[in-house]
Amino acid sequence: MQEREKQRAPSAPLLEMRGVSKSFPGVKALDQVDFTVYPGEVLALVGENGAGKSTLMKILSGVYTMDEGEIYFEGQPLTITGPLASQRAGISIIYQELNVLNNLNIAENLFVGREKLGKNGLVDRQRTHQEARALLDEVKLPLDTRTLMSHLSTAQKQMVEVARALSFNARLIIMDEPTSSLTDTETQTLFDIIRRLKAKGVAVVFISHRMAEIFQITDRVSVMRDGQMISSFDTQNVTEAQIISAMVGREVDNLYDKQEAQVGEVALEVKNLSSRDGYLKDISFTVRAGEIVGFAGLVGAGRSEVMRAVFGIDQRQTGEIYVRGEKADIRGTTDALRCGMGFVPEDRKEQALILDMTVKKNMSLAALDRVSNGWFIDTPRENALVNLFVELLRVKTPSVEQKVKNLSGGNQQKVVIAKWMANQPSILILDEPTRGIDVGAKKEIHKLMSQLASQGVAIIMISSELPEIIGMSDRIIVMHEGRIKGEFPHRNVTQEEILQMAVS
Amino acid sequence: MNKQRKNRTDLSLWYKNSAAASTLTILLILIIMSTALAIAAPAFLRPNNLLNTARNFSAIAVAGIGVSVVILTGNIDISVGSVYGLAGVTVALLMKSGMGVVPAVLLGMAVGALCGMVNGMLVVYFRLPSYIATLGMMQIVRGVCYILTRGYPVSGMADSFKWIGQEQMLGVPVPVYFMLLFALVFAVFRNRTKTGRRIFAMGGNEEATRISGVNTRRLKILCFVLAGVCAAFAGIINASKVGVAQPTAGNGFEMDAIASVIIGGSSMAGGVGTVVGTLIGSAIMGVLRNALVLLSVESYWQTLVMGVVIIFAVTIDQLRKARR
Repeated sequence: MQEREKQRAPSAPLLEMRGVSKSFPGVKALDQVDFTVYPGEVLALVGENGAGKSTLMKILSGVYTMDEGEIYFEGQPLTITGPLASQRAGISIIYQELNVLNNLNIAENLFVGREKLGKNGLVDRQRTHQEARALLDEVKLPLDTRTLMSHLSTAQKQMVEVARALSFNARLIIMDEPTSSLTDTETQTLFDIIRRLKAKGVAVVFISHRMAEIFQITDRVSVMRDGQMISSFDTQNVTEAQIISAMVGREVDNLYDKQEAQVGEVALEVKNLSSRDGYLKDISFTVRAGEIVGFAGLVGAGRSEVMRAVFGIDQRQTGEIYVRGEKADIRGTTDALRCGMGFVPEDRKEQALILDMTVKKNMSLAALDRVSNGWFIDTPRENALVNLFVELLRVKTPSVEQKVKNLSGGNQQKVVIAKWMANQPSILILDEPTRGIDVGAKKEIHKLMSQLASQGVAIIMISSELPEIIGMSDRIIVMHEGRIKGEFPHRNVTQEEILQMAVS
Repeated sequence: MNKQRKNRTDLSLWYKNSAAASTLTILLILIIMSTALAIAAPAFLRPNNLLNTARNFSAIAVAGIGVSVVILTGNIDISVGSVYGLAGVTVALLMKSGMGVVPAVLLGMAVGALCGMVNGMLVVYFRLPSYIATLGMMQIVRGVCYILTRGYPVSGMADSFKWIGQEQMLGVPVPVYFMLLFALVFAVFRNRTKTGRRIFAMGGNEEATRISGVNTRRLKILCFVLAGVCAAFAGIINASKVGVAQPTAGNGFEMDAIASVIIGGSSMAGGVGTVVGTLIGSAIMGVLRNALVLLSVESYWQTLVMGVVIIFAVTIDQLRKARR
């Protein structure tokens, strides 16, 4: 601790942002934000989705230009004209969705755009690989520099990105949710590297939703909310509850308020389902009206694949599906809709939303038949339906004509859920319904699921968060490597019990 | 009061809406071009010249409106020139064999629909990139034209057939009415019907649209069918206008049709575009052709100038969008 004090107190800030503001159509994304980073510290930047973290970082990395404000880097005023200017100044950002070129090898990725040239003007391979080797050694990545990027794991790709940042002589590295797709071991490796960077005097801004990691690795925590910088804490002197209440602006009570619902008839029954590729084998289960059934398992256990097959997105090899006791011939998503099913997929940007379309058009897409006369869409009816759900789900948007890509993650997810609620499904499948969204929106979505169940909707929820599974499910089904491993008929189980079943 | 504020937000969003702003930009280009031409060559403004120009770009507009539906899905159809030729040949041969005008025209359009359906099925079921599938169909359909005619032009059309391309109503050439009819029907189809909305959605994100319960395969085939029907009707207008069906008719015509869509502000990536834009795009092509004739530009130079204008018009629109 003393060492840290020594390091911090006398040293001048590495980065100082003063009074930074940025507006987008209809949204003030940043409002007079002050942000300071000291050399050699690891700083957690936290806040709900839409709080302005990403916008602030994108200004630093030159993706956006700020409307007003000043930036000082190493005591000098810094004007960031674009991504290259920011990198040259010594600021590197590692995005959640990695920017790597999978068809090139590691060395080529490291020096893309600044290839090492020989005297003849052609790429000097020997020098390229020598320098690449040195960089990989710095991040302790024992791979051949000729390895194709596509052969690397996500964690390894991340290491290459760190190495690339180092090659720019970066003194500030921003990591946007770097651990979200890493295993525990990989996370620890990343943390080792962060510690090594720190020892070299490099500052790291660490954006994360995971409290345990924040307490493990960071020195300070800065909290943003609604486009403003709320407060900064020394990690040692703060509790998780304090951080969360700064994030949401109120004390958070019990996260899961699942109400008991009347469980009715069997709404959905799946018998002996198997997939074309043979991965899914002999999947059978039932879901009753009013019930929330949680599907637990490790990533890759085949939970999403089961639901995609049930919903008619992927073809099945074998398997019969019964809806309310009657055999349903589901060959495509159109059939699934006809049977009263809804499906909230795991990746809302790739599989659920048309980002360039408006909130209104996204919300009514699955329910067009309900707001049409024959071939024609009845605009007043469509507006009424959409406005109803915007209010019911409290979607934060300046207008229903706003493009959905301008909404925050939590609000986008609400749009997806509203899309299916508008179609009044009797069976609703939700795949990771609260992944990557903030505490407040998460709670609202849980409440909504609970309400739908008490109205008699049969709900299937896939989640990789065990507390969510335990908190929300009436019944828990555990999958492992394409098979159903077992079932807990109630939710009085511990995380350890579920995990035990999921791994063995 | 609250409502007023809401309306204002809607309005400002409308201005940000790239499709509408794009239409305004190219409309401005058309106006500037026409004004400049009127000053340089006053003959441009003669009613006869204006009407002829409109007649000449009607066929481009009709085919463009059809192909724009395919472009809306992020695909392309370069077989429209050949379909245009085959429709003219089909109608002429049918009439020569004694069929009435109306059934012959309808069958000509059905041939276009069939070509479109084959395109669509190649893309959907055999997963061919649309560029490749329609490149092949472009050659196949052109080949059919030559086989049916043995390479000779087909003449001897019924006089009543000439009404489509040569006559006037209320002083305006008939093809212009057809162009406006197609524009109206397609604008309503794209903006007011369920199917139209789903096509836009599919152009924006096909996977998400499929998961929303839309049969995207059938929908995509429909788009190619519509392109085929429109191209066929454009070819019929042309055959009627020329009075003879050439097996070579429409060689290179696909580029005019596609260019009018692109100049009109549609995105090649799909999901963005308007019918009005395509109409203005084809008008720009038409006025330009007319300008080159009126200003007696050597014909060898005309092709070059057309290319320059296409690039220029699209560049202006890109610059407008480049603001962050």
